[in-house]
Amino acid sequence: MRAFLALCCFAVAGAAFADEPTFEIAIRDHRFVPNEITVPAGQKVKLIVKNEDATPEEFESKRLNREKVIPGRSQATIYIGPLRPGEYPFVGEFNESTATGKIVVK
Amino acid sequence: MFATAVIVFRETLEAALIVSIVLAATRGVAGRRRWVGGGVAAGIAGALVIAALTEAIAGALQGIGQELFNAAILIAAVVMLAWHHLWMAAHGRKLASRLRRLSDSVREGGATLAALSFAVTLAVLREGAETVLFIQSVATSEPLRNVLAGLALGVTGGAALGALLYLGLVHVPVRHFFRVTGWMIVALAAGLAAQAARFLEQANVLPPIVPELWDTSPILSEASLPGQLLHVLVGYTPAPSGLQFMCYVATIATLIIAARWRSTMTGGRPRPAQAT
Repeated sequence: MRAFLALCCFAVAGAAFADEPTFEIAIRDHRFVPNEITVPAGQKVKLIVKNEDATPEEFESKRLNREKVIPGRSQATIYIGPLRPGEYPFVGEFNESTATGKIVVK
Repeated sequence: MFATAVIVFRETLEAALIVSIVLAATRGVAGRRRWVGGGVAAGIAGALVIAALTEAIAGALQGIGQELFNAAILIAAVVMLAWHHLWMAAHGRKLASRLRRLSDSVREGGATLAALSFAVTLAVLREGAETVLFIQSVATSEPLRNVLAGLALGVTGGAALGALLYLGLVHVPVRHFFRVTGWMIVALAAGLAAQAARFLEQANVLPPIVPELWDTSPILSEASLPGQLLHVLVGYTPAPSGLQFMCYVATIATLIIAARWRSTMTGGRPRPAQAT
């Protein structure tokens, strides 16, 4: 219980002092560019996904528990973490055959 | 065409299963088909509108409009399901006894039908809007005929699974029937509440508390068909956050306690021990 409360405090503090490291990924011709990024562990991260295609895309990651529709020629902000080290794959659900990528947490 | 069908199927499935559960849960209430059908139709109309407004919604409120919109829809659906569950706590016994005697439907279910019809509208609207966007997107690169065939195949597949669930449910013995549908409504509501929590985390409105409680994706991927079914029916998520878990448990606990309290107030809960 104490550990849980400590975690709560940690999480709330993390939200309060929001100056997260920011990473950018582009969507170009139904592919993620770059399709692999490395982000720090134990820290909330701000992900900016720029859809440069004319068509909408849905950024989705079951492992990260995130999904967001990004209209054509627009960008979206998605907050993730703080995460444990590991690999977290994501896809563009509307073009799953080409739009794949992963976030490496170190 | 098949790639299109698979994605449409995935989007349709959630709405189809919710419609089936609602149809089963309102068995014996007069006018339910009209209300549920109306809910689906309103949802499809709403999906077209929301799809057209995607850009405006996504860009609103400093870029978190989409998350807040989704969370609001999910929370509204949870409230509607909760409303129904509490109504059943008071009226379930009467419904069950009429169902047993195969006598006429209950007429005073108008309010709960409206609530559930609205929940259906919200489910169809949310999943439908994504389907519309996806279809628009593939239609730019694939021949229209293939796209439409994929759409038809996907919707049919989703609806067929929904129909299967409904047929399974109506074969549950009458004395257990409303207990089973009641539990399904509770699980559904809890899963939707956890989804709402996730959108609020994604928007950085609420902290995840614990970002990843566990990860069962190597055992059961949410992308697999069983994973998807469980996701809709009981809110299965391979790697839930602490906040999601808390919202899930809190929804179940609140509904159980409130229903129990309501049924002792009215004496209306169907009890299997007393049913013969």
